[in-house]
Amino acid sequence: MAEIRYTTADPKGVLTGVHYMDGNHAACEGALAGGCRFTAGYPITPSSEVVERYSARIPTVGGVFIQMEDEIASSICLQGGVWAGHKAMTVTSGPGISLMMEHVGLAACLETPCVFVNVQRGGPSTGLPTLPGQADMQQCRWGSHGDYEVIALAPSTVQESFDFIIDAFNLAEIYRVPVFFQLDECVGHMTEKLVIPEADKIQVVERRYTSKPPEEYLPFKPDPDLVPELVKAGDGYRFHVTGLTHDEKGYPVINAQAQHEMCWKLVNKIDQNASKIWRYEEDEVEGAEVVVLSYGISARVALRAIEMAKERGIKVGRMRLIVVWPFPEPRVKELASQVKAIVVPELNIRGQIAREVERAVEGTCKVVRVPHAGGTVHDPEQIFDAIMEGVR
Amino acid sequence: MSIVKNVQENPVEEFLRTDRLPHVWCSGCGIGTTVNCFARAVRKCGIPLEKLAVVSGIGCTGRVAGYLKLDSFHTTHGRAIPFATGLKLGNPELSVVVYSGDGDIAAIGGNHLINAARRNVDITVIMINNFTYAMTGGQVTPTAPLDSINTTAPYGAYEMPFNLPHLVASCGAVYVARWTAYHVVQLTKAMVEAMNKKGFSFIEIVSPCPTIFLRRNRLGDAVDELKFFKERSVIKHGADTSEVGWNETRPKEIIIGKFVDIEKPDYVEAMNVHLSNKLGEKYIWWGKKDG
Repeated sequence: MAEIRYTTADPKGVLTGVHYMDGNHAACEGALAGGCRFTAGYPITPSSEVVERYSARIPTVGGVFIQMEDEIASSICLQGGVWAGHKAMTVTSGPGISLMMEHVGLAACLETPCVFVNVQRGGPSTGLPTLPGQADMQQCRWGSHGDYEVIALAPSTVQESFDFIIDAFNLAEIYRVPVFFQLDECVGHMTEKLVIPEADKIQVVERRYTSKPPEEYLPFKPDPDLVPELVKAGDGYRFHVTGLTHDEKGYPVINAQAQHEMCWKLVNKIDQNASKIWRYEEDEVEGAEVVVLSYGISARVALRAIEMAKERGIKVGRMRLIVVWPFPEPRVKELASQVKAIVVPELNIRGQIAREVERAVEGTCKVVRVPHAGGTVHDPEQIFDAIMEGVR
Repeated sequence: MSIVKNVQENPVEEFLRTDRLPHVWCSGCGIGTTVNCFARAVRKCGIPLEKLAVVSGIGCTGRVAGYLKLDSFHTTHGRAIPFATGLKLGNPELSVVVYSGDGDIAAIGGNHLINAARRNVDITVIMINNFTYAMTGGQVTPTAPLDSINTTAPYGAYEMPFNLPHLVASCGAVYVARWTAYHVVQLTKAMVEAMNKKGFSFIEIVSPCPTIFLRRNRLGDAVDELKFFKERSVIKHGADTSEVGWNETRPKEIIIGKFVDIEKPDYVEAMNVHLSNKLGEKYIWWGKKDG
């Protein structure tokens, strides 16, 4: 692995102290602490608080916010900001994330490190602007055309909204991929305690600029971990990047061989490094009959159902995904061999993550989906019933 | 095998990615001519090469970025302007040029064009107008003249075309010009002026597409088209842009020249001045204070 250069957060962006705020504001503070100095956005409920706070904070932190004419513009403007040398994000929800998909593909293809914050609401179409959903979980992985990989994180609390968006920026730098920060409306609008540490306690990954002179530098030549070194505009490299299939020089090459090399590299750089990217939390999984696997707000609602099942004497464990993509398939497979069932509550109907669990367990244990169309969270009874079905 | 002797270096070779030549453009296409003008303008404009970036969208003209030996970005269809906006805002010391076609800039990218002009983002947009989507085989564009034949308007176009100089001028562009691929000297000069202009500058270049547009409309070859440009063009600096529209395939008069050249604070300057007035010393000035 190429050396990851950590530094501590720039104190100008860190609002050290104990706060009481919602997940959207916390995501903004986390982005500032994580070094984000460029944000392009377009208003959309339930995400707007992130850019509202950012636009108020950034003039005195040292950075820029621009409200673009639409989400398509935002999602490429931010990439101009990245190639000019900044850590950058855009923030949106349902209809906006759909519009941004072409530029998720561009970011993947140009290996532009950047963060897409998606505060999920109910869909499809305009759906439920003010109410929660978790139905963009597969879209964030597959939504743009072609073969590529992304990283996606899903916070469950306001504190995590702060903590893990810093992680999201760091992962974007390490692997040069678009990183999705998948909140849901509940986490975005829930107000709770947030502790922001001192700047020198926050680890931030520095961008890995090449030290090679321009005549030796190849913009897309990967290191052994498949991640190439970056340059920025204005440094005399006079480099070229294109959204066409390209070679190590960044020049377009329109044939099957170049396609094979580029696409496999984009996919393998995440596959090969997945074990370093996975983040999940487990509780009482040893000896459990049933494990409830969830993420975001649904993982918190499941806690009540787990309590109810425990009161009945059932041994219930818990696995909560923090990084959703790449999916921790080996660990889920391992758990499947130890339990009767894995119960997967989530705010979508088709089991967007449950499907992935089913794929991983390959029939080793029962997988009980707990679908919900969104608009509110699950009634814990529904999840309790699913647990009972799992132990039967 | 013949041995070519006395091969002279192309006078603009230092600005080109010669390892990518030959280019994709057809013989007689005007895009290459304009790139030659651009390279000469780059030499004259005084901007250091390492501080000049070019951004293209998709299409025949979208390939320009790939042949210029500058920091060059070949982005998505219609979105060169918002990428360029990000690049310029990210590093105000860069000079950023968008080089793309009429379909890319005016159709799919139209919303970005008008908003960038309104914001007065300090970029230069060079738009080649060949009246058609050439790379995809000649479909109708929002600049296609009335009754011109296109693959998706096989009985002739019947939508009113854009008057783009008028559009961008009305949105607030500080520099607006139109030249043709015949007017290489004036075009080169306009490119120098546009790149050195603070704010949103726009040059429409009317350019021959012999393979698709001229052939399908039986308008002759590239030389015929250049003769047409030469004979029908009338230079009217400062012309009322509402009167420069190009609506017929063969207008009686092609109005060219520098239509708009005004002074106005650009986006970054307006942001810096406004926020420092509101926030005082707390505001952290973005970019160099003198620039």
